[in-house]
Amino acid sequence: MKDVDAQLLARREDAMLGGGQRRIDAQHAKGKLTARERVELLLDEGSFEEFDMFVAHRCTDFGMEKSRPAGDGVVTGWGTINGRMVYVFSQDFTVFGGSLSETHAQKICKIMDMAVQNGAPVIGINDSGGARIQEGVASLAGYAEVFQRNIMASGVVPQISVIMGPCAGGAVYSPAMTDFIFMVKDTSYMFVTGPDVVKTVTNEVVTAEELGGAGTHTKKSSVADAAFENDVEALTEVRRLVDFLPLNNREKPPVRPFFDAPDRIDASLDTLVPDNANTPYDMKELIHKIGDEGDFYEIQEDFAKNIITGFIRLEGSTVGVVANQPMVLAGCLDIDSSRKAARFVRFCDAFEIPILTLVDVPGFLPGTSQEYGGVIKHGAKLLFAYGEATVPKVTVITRKAYGGAYDVMASKHLRGDFNYAWPTAEIAVMGAKGATEIIHRADLGDAEKIAAHTANYEERFANPFVAAERGFIDEVIVPHSTRKRVARAFASLRKKSLKNPWKKHDNIPL
Amino acid sequence: MFKKILIANRGEIACRVIKSAQKMGIKTVAVYSDADRNALHVKMADEAVHIGPAPANQSYIVIDNIMRAIKETGAEAVHPGYGFLSENKLFAEALAEAGVAFIGPPAGAIESMGDKITSKKLAQEAGVSTVPGYMGLIEDADEAVKISNEVGYPVMIKASAGGGGKGMRIAWNDDEAREGFQSSKNEAANSFGDDRIFIEKFVTQPRHIEIQVLADGHGNAIYLNERECSIQRRNQKVIEEAPSPFLDEATRKAMGEQSVALAAAVDYTSAGTVEFIVDGERNFYFLEMNTRLQVEHPVTELITGVDLVEQMIRVAYGEKLSIKQSDVKRNGWAIESRLYAEDPYRNFLPSIGRLTRYRPPEEVVADTHVVRNDTGVFEGGEISMYYDPMIAKLCTWAPDRGAAIEAMRDALDGFEVEGIGHNLPFLSAVMDHPKFVSGDITTAFIEEEYPDGFQGVALSDADLRRIAAATCAMYRVAEIRRTRVSGRMDNHERKVGTDWVVTLQGERYATTIKADPEGADVTFEDGHTLRVESDWTPGDSLARLRVGDGDLVMKVDKITSGFRVRSRGADLEVRVRTPRQAELADLMPEKIAPDTSKLLLCPMPGLIVSVNVAEGDTIHEGQALCTVEAMKMENILRAEKNGVVAKINADAGDSLAVDDVIMEFE
Repeated sequence: MKDVDAQLLARREDAMLGGGQRRIDAQHAKGKLTARERVELLLDEGSFEEFDMFVAHRCTDFGMEKSRPAGDGVVTGWGTINGRMVYVFSQDFTVFGGSLSETHAQKICKIMDMAVQNGAPVIGINDSGGARIQEGVASLAGYAEVFQRNIMASGVVPQISVIMGPCAGGAVYSPAMTDFIFMVKDTSYMFVTGPDVVKTVTNEVVTAEELGGAGTHTKKSSVADAAFENDVEALTEVRRLVDFLPLNNREKPPVRPFFDAPDRIDASLDTLVPDNANTPYDMKELIHKIGDEGDFYEIQEDFAKNIITGFIRLEGSTVGVVANQPMVLAGCLDIDSSRKAARFVRFCDAFEIPILTLVDVPGFLPGTSQEYGGVIKHGAKLLFAYGEATVPKVTVITRKAYGGAYDVMASKHLRGDFNYAWPTAEIAVMGAKGATEIIHRADLGDAEKIAAHTANYEERFANPFVAAERGFIDEVIVPHSTRKRVARAFASLRKKSLKNPWKKHDNIPL
Repeated sequence: MFKKILIANRGEIACRVIKSAQKMGIKTVAVYSDADRNALHVKMADEAVHIGPAPANQSYIVIDNIMRAIKETGAEAVHPGYGFLSENKLFAEALAEAGVAFIGPPAGAIESMGDKITSKKLAQEAGVSTVPGYMGLIEDADEAVKISNEVGYPVMIKASAGGGGKGMRIAWNDDEAREGFQSSKNEAANSFGDDRIFIEKFVTQPRHIEIQVLADGHGNAIYLNERECSIQRRNQKVIEEAPSPFLDEATRKAMGEQSVALAAAVDYTSAGTVEFIVDGERNFYFLEMNTRLQVEHPVTELITGVDLVEQMIRVAYGEKLSIKQSDVKRNGWAIESRLYAEDPYRNFLPSIGRLTRYRPPEEVVADTHVVRNDTGVFEGGEISMYYDPMIAKLCTWAPDRGAAIEAMRDALDGFEVEGIGHNLPFLSAVMDHPKFVSGDITTAFIEEEYPDGFQGVALSDADLRRIAAATCAMYRVAEIRRTRVSGRMDNHERKVGTDWVVTLQGERYATTIKADPEGADVTFEDGHTLRVESDWTPGDSLARLRVGDGDLVMKVDKITSGFRVRSRGADLEVRVRTPRQAELADLMPEKIAPDTSKLLLCPMPGLIVSVNVAEGDTIHEGQALCTVEAMKMENILRAEKNGVVAKINADAGDSLAVDDVIMEFE
């Protein structure tokens, strides 16, 4: 018996060291933590329960049988984040560069299957050189097994990827299918083909950082949802995000005690919208002032800044926010902002997170680049996402709601539950000047007449009342009571039940 | 008494005047420009009249517009506040003509005191001490020495046409006077083509001390003690106090009596201020007389109990002063801090924008201390580029100077202003500066003590410990709340630990916390324990705590693993971690901020007026590169070192945000 105890101890000790102290030091020297240290930071202290610590690869080619490290380059298991269960896998760069073998993949698949079965999120920490080339097709098969599980888990449990080192080639497609991707600045990158291949094939010279660093993916490609300074900050912020998310699609979003009165009045909102309709203002201020304790978890902050997406809490409970940002491109919808918001709305709908939409939108961005890029279909994504969503939907129009963009932004017609407008709202087909020039084309030569027509149009349509008279706006609310009204609206929708007709799945314009 | 008065001003002073008028039962009329439609003074007044576009020269200082507003509303008198039309003789005359009372001095007094040379002459005639000197032209070095001896060393030898330090010499003895005369003369001839020279007394260790006077139309005049306004930045007063920590009774009396004499000499009525420069030996010299209510009048009100605005209104109505000189009190100590929309970390550049948060400390009137905040703004209001960047005057009073300073420290810590850059941290820094605390100040204080600008405050170990203990206790509360989220596994809840590592300002403190229902004891590694008690809850942006045996007020914002804390002029990122988290955080590389030395960044939001260089130009240190306009001020951005312009990213007419790259250097 003693022998087995000793052996267990020795094996554990060995497994805990991964690729050995020398490689651990090298990992630290790169400013990166080890797979186990990352798991430690991600989970509540002492809560990690490991699976498959002793799993080793079975490859015998290229002399691989001589080295069979315990765990095979990935640490898997479950633990808690603030007491709520999550499954986790963390690739160990110190073992064969974190490369993915058949057994490595099997370990990941095991915890993913359990996560779906037990209804808990999966958090993957990626730090891998790619496929275990020595294993050939067995490694590729391993990837595909993981992909298939990503697909099956999508919309069932939240999946979060944290890229904390290299993630290249086929490996990128597992994170790509998860709900959120976070990266660490300077120490992580993602690309399908690396700088060397790029140079060979296209003669482009580009660094790994430029090609697939955190900056590229948060600002240009929108592959990543946020980037953080270092491993510690990234994992701390992932914990913060998990606090907002339900554990699975059968549960309501989490609720926690809050210290902010739901009926808090904020008089400063009465002056948020400037007198001049062409002067921008910061919509984030409204988000901060509506949410509990000013806490806002922004998703894709650096991409398509003309729309804002993220999570707040109302009465301690998670609400997803989509808001036009008048500070950027006047808050118009375009290809990027439509895609960004559509994906966010669908995430919220999949996981029963109510959606608050704040509208100040002058329309869709015109231009050849937009039309050639397919703004018709991309814009339709957001329209589709809002229309199919069955979660509670509350909308507040603060200023402009023009044209087709008015319809898109969670309008009454897309089954909005509460559609509020501030007194400054203008719900119309287009701005007064443009409308006048079309309706009164005959008077175009006469500046005085046009001015009179414009004033007349403004008087008639630049207000929320035309829409309110038709019931498209449920109520005109004063800005200072927005938090109170919105919180009460969501409170009344806690038992909302709405089902779309049965279908195998929809055919959203991808 | 008047039934209705009009206030021909805006901002805090308009609000201040309205308050006194309301107290006296007088109806008030505000005037406003386009930019002030929603301003506080408009909301406070009984009536408001629009007087034109935003720029003051098209609204607040257009006499006809004000006269029209008076006519429309039937106001019987006008209070001009300070600035704008307050010292405009034509305005006073226009009012007189229309039979409307001017709540200020007669036009004659405004005129005579408005001219530097006339006022100095009148002051001399009234027996007021003026800076000794010889205004006539000096022929040669011998005469210069003779006059210097008459004036008394040290003397300043100045070129008549001089400016910017050119043609100026300070002489402490005959040799230096001889030499200084010659070099000044040469320099003046070369620089200005005008070699006329004069000599006056050089005032060492100068302090700015002024006397408040009050006179009625019946020949009565009194002085209400002094104010010291030595804390100035480029002639802009920043902190004032009353009384001065420097004056003795005899000097105060002499200054006061001379001031009253001057007031009498010009038939002064209403409130006025006689400004003096005082040297290290308490010799005082007349500078000028301000024929209006001063910005810093509240400190006088706080120590004398006299409402100066009320007195001005009564005098204007023709009443006799009800206070005699012997009634004037000097009770306790008052300090005023001017809150400016100027970013101290960016060399006090003006900042404009929306006040997303504006929560002044609570006003207090108690025997132990008074907190008073004169303001013209509100949360959600706009700081526009059109007017003065001063947004509030925070005043404290206490029985003695030390207590008044302490009250000011707490009040500044409790003042929340977000959305714009402001000088609160700088004001806090001055309140803790040993020289200010000891009263050893001159008008060169800011220049000498902050020669490289203001970079924030480095707190002492004791202060850091107090903040560490406070944030540790607060963080624990926030973490415990996180564990109360729904959906957790029964019986496997997270336990929030008792050991923490707090890092701030480059220091780290290992702590152990022991909480009870009333608060927590935070023990440091060396065994030192601080008791923390507070009603702070997560999300509160202002934390008021009892730490050890003192109060601590901090502005707090949540950041990853901790708080951004602003207190006592410091702006800190405080991280609170478990020992294991701290150990792992130590492995993280220190990231170096990107090198911006090869970039010219826009220091404030503004409009590019001109770009003075082209790509490829060789530039020299100090050379003007471009001009940015903000708050109606043209700011010239200059090269910090020699180099070559590689790329220019902005053209004249572009609107830029803070830190936008204007040009790049090779």
